[in-house]
Amino acid sequence: MSATAGIVEPAAAPAERVLAVAGLSKVYGDVKAVDAVSFDVGRSEIVGLVGPNGAGKSTIINTVLGVLEPSAGSVHIDGVSVAAERAKALQRTNFAAVYAPLPGNLTVYENLRIFGLLYRVRDLRARIDALLGQFELGRFRNVKCGVLSSGEQTRVCIAKALINRPRLLLLDEPTASLDPATARDIRARIRDFAAQGEAGILWTSHNMYEVQEVCDRVLFLSKGRILLEGDPKTLPQQHAKATLEELFVAVAREPLTVGAG
Amino acid sequence: MSLVRTFAILLRQAYLIRGSWSRVFPLFAWVAVDMVLWGFLTRYLDSITAPGLHFAVSLLGAVLLWDFLVRVMQGVTMAFFEDVWSRNFLNVFSTPLTIAEYLGGLVLSSIATSAVGLVVMFAVAATVFGLSFSVYGLTIVPSLLILFACGIALGIVSSAIVLRNGPSAEWFIWPLPAMISPFAGVFYPIATLPAWMQYVAKLLPPAYVFEGMRAVVTGRASAVGALSWGGGLAVVYVLLACWFFARTYRRAVRTGLLARYSAESVS
Repeated sequence: MSATAGIVEPAAAPAERVLAVAGLSKVYGDVKAVDAVSFDVGRSEIVGLVGPNGAGKSTIINTVLGVLEPSAGSVHIDGVSVAAERAKALQRTNFAAVYAPLPGNLTVYENLRIFGLLYRVRDLRARIDALLGQFELGRFRNVKCGVLSSGEQTRVCIAKALINRPRLLLLDEPTASLDPATARDIRARIRDFAAQGEAGILWTSHNMYEVQEVCDRVLFLSKGRILLEGDPKTLPQQHAKATLEELFVAVAREPLTVGAG
Repeated sequence: MSLVRTFAILLRQAYLIRGSWSRVFPLFAWVAVDMVLWGFLTRYLDSITAPGLHFAVSLLGAVLLWDFLVRVMQGVTMAFFEDVWSRNFLNVFSTPLTIAEYLGGLVLSSIATSAVGLVVMFAVAATVFGLSFSVYGLTIVPSLLILFACGIALGIVSSAIVLRNGPSAEWFIWPLPAMISPFAGVFYPIATLPAWMQYVAKLLPPAYVFEGMRAVVTGRASAVGALSWGGGLAVVYVLLACWFFARTYRRAVRTGLLARYSAESVS
C-alpha cells in the first residue's frame, strides 16, 4: 500500500472492506482540509487515524458519516455509497466522539432507546439490556446522561455506537479526558468488539501508546494528506525513530521530509 | 420513509416533556392566561356596546384560533430547538434518519403539544366565558386545519432559519407570528387595511379563516370557495417550507456548518 498522499491501493480484498475512501477531498475556500485521501478499513481491523490538530481527521470522519459533503472523492461503507444511498450506508455504521455527547437531559435508557429506534434495531429492549450489562451501566439506566462522569458518559456513547451492531465503527478520540484505568477498560471493550470479526474500526487518537496498543494499522495524516501508513509497532523503526510518539512529532513538524523518507 | 424513526423523534420529545415541568407548564399556562385576559376584555366590551355585537364569539374566538396557530408553530420549533440546545445534530443526522422522517417527527410532536393548548383554550373559553363553538358550525373544522397547516409551515421555516443562521437566530423567529397577524386580519376585517396590506393578506391562509369566521358570526354564509383557496395556499406553504428546510440542510452539509454548528457560520 502506498504511504504517500493520493490513491492508496486497498490492503484487504474488496469483499472484506467495510470502509473504502477514494480520492476524498474537502476544500473550504482556499483551504484544503482534506486533499485526495484514499484508504480502506477491513473487517475486524482497527485502523488508527492520527495527526496533529487540524490535520483533517474529524473532517474525514464527518464525510464518512454523511454530515459533511466532500468536494471530491467517494466513501463506501460495506460496499454502499454514502452519497448515493445515504440511509442504507449509515445503517451500517455508527460513531462515538468526545465532542458529540448524547443529550444530557435524557436518561441512559432513553438515549439508547431513541438511537436504537433511529437505527431500527430489532429486539431493542434486549439489545439495550445487553449493552447496559456489557458496559456496566445497569445502575445508571434511569440516570440522566448529563450527571454522569466523563468515563461513564464515554461508556454510554460507545454503547450507543454499538447499538446497531455496525459494520463500521468510527471512534474520534474515544478515550480523551479519561483516566488511564478507564481508558484501558474502554480499549479492551472495543478490541473485544473488533475481535468478533464482523466490523472494522476507524480510530482517531492523540495517544500514541493507545494507537500502538490497539491498532492493526495506522495512517499518519498531516495538512489533509496521508503521509505514512503501516503497522504502528514497526513503523517507528522503519523511519529511524524510537517510538511512535517521536515519529508523530517528526511528522507534525516536518511532514514533507518524513513523508519522503 | 420509516415511521419507526419518525416515532423516535416524537418519543424523544415525550421523554423530555415528561420529565420537565418547565416544558409542561408552557403547553397550557400562557394560552390559559390569554383566554382569561381576552375573555374579560370581551365581557367588558359586550357590556358597554350595543347588544348583538358578540365580542366573545368574534374576538375571543379569533384570539383562540390565532393562539392555536402560534402553538402549532412553537410545537415544531421547540422540538427542533431541543437538538440545537443539546448540540445533538451530529448524533441525529449521522443516523439513517431522513429529512422527511425528521420533519415528520417534529410535526407529530407539534400535534401532541398544540392539542393540549387547544383543549385548555376551548375549556377556559367555554366554561368561564360561555363561548359556544356551535356558533361557527362546521366551518371550525377546515378553519382549524388551515391554521394547523400554516403553523406547521411557519415552524418548519423558522427551524430552517435557525439551522441556516445558528442558535442566535432564535430571537428572530419568535416575533414572526406577531409580524404576520396585522396582515391576517385576526381582530378586524381585511377591508380595514390599506390596499397594499390587503394584497399581502390575500397570500395569507389565516386571512381567509378569520374573514370566514366573521361572516359566520354576523349571520352571513362563510365563503366556501375562499376557505378552499386558503386551504390550498396552506398546503403549498407546507410543501415550500419542507423544500426550504431540505435545501438549508443540504447547504449546511455542503458548507460544513452542520458539523460545526456551534460556530454559527463557517466563513
